[in-house]
Amino acid sequence: MTTAVPTAPAPAAPPAGRLRRHRPVLLLLAPGALALLLTYALPLVWVVRMALNRPLDGGAILQTVTLSTFTDVLASSHYWNVIGQTLQLGVLTTVFTLLLSYPVALFLARTTSRWRSLLFALAVAPLLISSVARTFGWMAILGNQGVVNKTLLAIGVIDDPLRLANNMTGVVIASTEIYMPFAILAMLAGFGRLDPELERAAASLGAGRFAVLRRVVLPLTAPGVLTASLLVFVLSLSGYVTPRLIGGGRVFVLATEIYDEAMNSLNWPVAAVLSVLLLLLFGLVVAVHLWAQRVLEARFTGRGRSTS
Amino acid sequence: MRSGPVARIGWAVLLTVLYLFLLAPVIIVFIESFDTSTYLRFPPQGFSLEPYRQVFANPDFQAGLKVSAVTAATTTLLALLCGVPAALALTRLRFRGRGAVEAAFLSPLLVPNIVLGLALLILFAPIPLTDTYWGLILAHLGVTIPYVVRTVTAALAGADPRAEEAAATLGAGPFTVFRRVTLPAIRPGLFSGGIIAFLLSFDETVISLFVSGHTVRPLPVAVLQYVEYRSDPSIAALSVCLVLLSVVAVVLVERGLGLRRSLRP
Repeated sequence: MTTAVPTAPAPAAPPAGRLRRHRPVLLLLAPGALALLLTYALPLVWVVRMALNRPLDGGAILQTVTLSTFTDVLASSHYWNVIGQTLQLGVLTTVFTLLLSYPVALFLARTTSRWRSLLFALAVAPLLISSVARTFGWMAILGNQGVVNKTLLAIGVIDDPLRLANNMTGVVIASTEIYMPFAILAMLAGFGRLDPELERAAASLGAGRFAVLRRVVLPLTAPGVLTASLLVFVLSLSGYVTPRLIGGGRVFVLATEIYDEAMNSLNWPVAAVLSVLLLLLFGLVVAVHLWAQRVLEARFTGRGRSTS
Repeated sequence: MRSGPVARIGWAVLLTVLYLFLLAPVIIVFIESFDTSTYLRFPPQGFSLEPYRQVFANPDFQAGLKVSAVTAATTTLLALLCGVPAALALTRLRFRGRGAVEAAFLSPLLVPNIVLGLALLILFAPIPLTDTYWGLILAHLGVTIPYVVRTVTAALAGADPRAEEAAATLGAGPFTVFRRVTLPAIRPGLFSGGIIAFLLSFDETVISLFVSGHTVRPLPVAVLQYVEYRSDPSIAALSVCLVLLSVVAVVLVERGLGLRRSLRP
């Protein structure tokens, strides 16, 4: 999903004197490579190493090389429950985020309004707003004393407050809003093939509005939707702030569990094992995504050939 | 698409509702930030600026603001120093494995922050770098460099390399070429990348939770720990301040490289 960076059309070969083999390349890449080695590559190796240790009582760690911490975690029904809740949160958030983001992205891709830039900024700017601040806003909306419950109670629709916070429902609602800007951006980047001319052509050939949507718009926007789904699923699998604050200590997902094991139980080996499991889950999701992308691409080109 | 008035109104209503949903937390936080109540409730019980005074009077938040500002400024500077040369190499020089190097520079974005936070804790705790400014800055560096590389690469791709070649042919050394030709051309990208890096570091919460402590505690961590036990209008006031900071950043980025090009997923 990060490969969509535009690169320069290969510049003409630089003057031979300036580029004496690889020295400039190495010099230019060195600071960044060193920083990433220290702050990203090395720490990840340390996590994997930690996952092979064994926890002892009181936060002590037995330095060894064993898979016993893995097998202990995988034998525990508690952690399977955590993995199940993580997947549940990921799937529900992804489905709702895609459903709510699609109309907005479609609108932004096609509008010719002069407010276009402002509407784009309004849809995407929440991305740059602190997730703590936005999650706090959702606490104010979903809590028992919050906007939704107070309003519904006041107009007499309900007699008891709805349970919208401190459970999975609230976490899914807030997460959906938090990941919508990501989804809208990803969809817009993938809607390049969308062309109003095609829709007009289909309509002038007698296709009804739903036929145009199903046969023209949906297939053309499918790649963008697929990218957005990967992004949102991966982000919501690993989100911490929203499950922690809206979940109120009653929603247990991998991210909250990793934090609790590391910082409260001081059980680093188990926290590391859970992290490795999360990374494996990521790998699996990316693999499925690549497979889906290939299938989609094959269907696209296959159809194009059969109709021409 | 041809559409009747009913469909058009329906579409407009749907979009309005979706935009309201998207902006709901920001709107509500703004309304609640002027409340006189001692805990968070709806509707607000009155109007006052007291919550704003409380936020700025809170010593935890004062200290957090200082930590976050210093960390974000240093992180941004270092991220630019690391990211700009890398972007230059990736766009202007041809070498084997360029694609792989570019992927490696962007790959920290693929690793969840919760895992990165734990990883940095395990690496930093024995040194000990946890609960120090340098630990926090190094921790933020890994997640900000990719954004700088991305925006500066986009800016470099938009600048014409022939101007640089012309300058070099006329006898300018590599540093002169960079300072006099390349730098002015990519200034919007540099600016946008710097703003995004600053904001990311300033708002970074999850990684900071692992590597910060009681001495060096950035603002988002202080807020998170406060909100876990109580929620009152002063946090709403603080949230409004954070939102305003983001709005300033969004405007600056839009003036620079443009939001759409800076935030490409």
